[in-house]
Amino acid sequence: MAKRDGTPEPKQAEEPSELLRELVAHLRQNRTQLREEWVVRITEARLLTAMTKEEIFAEATSVYDSYVEALETETFEALQAYARNLSERIIPRGVETHEVVGIVLLLRDVLARSLFAKYQNDFKKLNRILDAYEPAANRIANTVAVGFVQERERVIRQQQEAIRELSTPVLQVRERLLILPIIGVIDPQRARQLTEQLLRGIRTNRAKVVVIDITGVAAMDVTVANHLVQTVEASRLLGATVIVTGLSPEIAQTLVTIGVDLGKMNTVGDLQGGIEQAERLLGYKVETLAEPR
Amino acid sequence: MEVPILKQGAVLIATFQAALSDADLNQLRMGLVQQVVKFRSRAVIVDVTAMDVMDSFASRTLREIAHMIRLRGAETVIVGIQPEVAFAMVQLGLTLEGVATALDLEEGLAYLNEKFKTTN
Repeated sequence: MAKRDGTPEPKQAEEPSELLRELVAHLRQNRTQLREEWVVRITEARLLTAMTKEEIFAEATSVYDSYVEALETETFEALQAYARNLSERIIPRGVETHEVVGIVLLLRDVLARSLFAKYQNDFKKLNRILDAYEPAANRIANTVAVGFVQERERVIRQQQEAIRELSTPVLQVRERLLILPIIGVIDPQRARQLTEQLLRGIRTNRAKVVVIDITGVAAMDVTVANHLVQTVEASRLLGATVIVTGLSPEIAQTLVTIGVDLGKMNTVGDLQGGIEQAERLLGYKVETLAEPR
Repeated sequence: MEVPILKQGAVLIATFQAALSDADLNQLRMGLVQQVVKFRSRAVIVDVTAMDVMDSFASRTLREIAHMIRLRGAETVIVGIQPEVAFAMVQLGLTLEGVATALDLEEGLAYLNEKFKTTN
């Protein structure tokens, strides 16, 4: 049983690197046929449907070559770089993770089958060849999948960043009056960024009153509620009064339940009321000059 | 480094420099509290624009100055707190409660003028 761990008999065994070389030579020789077989399998499995047949063939060729090269040199940097480059190109086309993993596993399968066919009469040799092939193939599959997922995550992070940038405008509606409409989910990171932008806005616009409208915020937890209170206090330190508007019944309930100290918060029902109160604080008086036509 | 105290009408103005030792702060506190009655000032403006860090001692001193000045019959306005400093202070719980604040010296003076007008 101790000998059943897959290591070849030491006497007649070739070195693993020698086996790999033999393997690579085989894969090079049958390049055209194996590659075509792979492409057929990809199409059959309905993977990469977002790409045309020619594109699949072109990518398959370069993947195949990188794959064989990685097997030969046992270094994965080039393959990793290629995987990242490939991901960059195909992610915008809507290629999914399962497709990328799928095609790499298909290639692994196609190549393994060709090895079975070649060494079917020499079972021991086949065993040793597979011993050399499997770990390398697994690492390749791993490298490509991880490369793809990393690239995807990078894209997602980039987009989140963009959304965050766009989603917290600090607007001046009158001399010395700022509005900060908050829409969507506030996580601690966004809350911090919001505060920074608001405080900077107060300084650059020399604002005296700020209306924070949270009509578009569905829920609020303790951390964010406390952060809101801190924002109000920090704004006061800069000499600005904050009016919070649009607290939904749910949020009001939450704030009362968790016992956030709202004594320092100046709240008004809706944005219009908030702006009206801000105008009073600033000494504006809005008059209708004529009946609206 | 001693903080100069300037007299502008009925207002005393003290401007903080970037690096003030605790001793400087204590000296400033005493100076302000003494001079506010000596000059019959109605208000004190403390300008902290130059401070990019506010530790708890400085913050506490500011609050103490404000409360002592009130006991001496005048009002205090803290002006020029930097946005980053403001948020750091709030996170440390140093909110200067009961102390008037304004964006900068100009705002502080405008606030006091408004106040003097209504109380006259």
